Amino acid sequence: MQYQVEENCLTIFLPKEVDHHNAEEIRKEADQVIAKKHIKHVIFDFSSTNFMDSSGIGVIMGRYRQIYLLGGEVWAVHVGERMKKILNMSGVTKIMQLYEEDME
Amino acid sequence: MEYAAEGKKNEMELVFDSLSENEGFARVAVAAFMTQMNPILEEVSDVKTAVSEAVTNSIIHGYEKEKGKIRIYCCVSGRELYLEVEDYGIGIEDVQRAMEPLYTSKPEQDRSGMGFAFMEAFMDKVEVESIPGEGTIVKMKKTTGDSNQIWNTRSL
Repeated sequence: MQYQVEENCLTIFLPKEVDHHNAEEIRKEADQVIAKKHIKHVIFDFSSTNFMDSSGIGVIMGRYRQIYLLGGEVWAVHVGERMKKILNMSGVTKIMQLYEEDME
Repeated sequence: MEYAAEGKKNEMELVFDSLSENEGFARVAVAAFMTQMNPILEEVSDVKTAVSEAVTNSIIHGYEKEKGKIRIYCCVSGRELYLEVEDYGIGIEDVQRAMEPLYTSKPEQDRSGMGFAFMEAFMDKVEVESIPGEGTIVKMKKTTGDSNQIWNTRSL
């Protein structure tokens, strides 16, 4: 899993495809980092992701459950059209904000 | 050049082990097989997602920690794609409950409970048959080309 930590914020760079196979790995590694580095906010970066199934939704929901108790937030950045459809359909956008760059 | 015309069938069958690394292989194989239908990218993505959900279900729920075989049957006939994903695992006691959105028997594994909901959203038709102790078969259908009809210009 590729990630970056800035103060209490963890950015996870999601792989090209997020399915059950690699979701397990992301989940385990993210939990370790969240616990060790006192993470409050999590950002999922979708810039290289073009496939995700419900396993990915599970990963997002699981991380949200952990950090919302600490008053943290979950964000998604660089979300393409397909991923936007998946995220909206699953309802996960109710707990996770999508950051749109070209909002001006 | 002969393309699969209406009524003409083209079938494909795949059998592989219930290992999570085969999930990517399964959806890419089905996606490659359906290219003969000349689908748009979105239709391919829809089918890939549905295959991924069904295969994942077989691996984590059907076989749990055991290793078994998963069979995919695929048939293209005209604009219609018919798909079956079958396992010979533990089966589902209550299919209706399993298909409810957000219901999951494995919340501790961070499962979202959205698997069947995704299949239903991305395919035109989804049917699930299961016999506890014998296995589960998911049957799905999708018609391609509904969204890109040829534009007809009518004379005034």
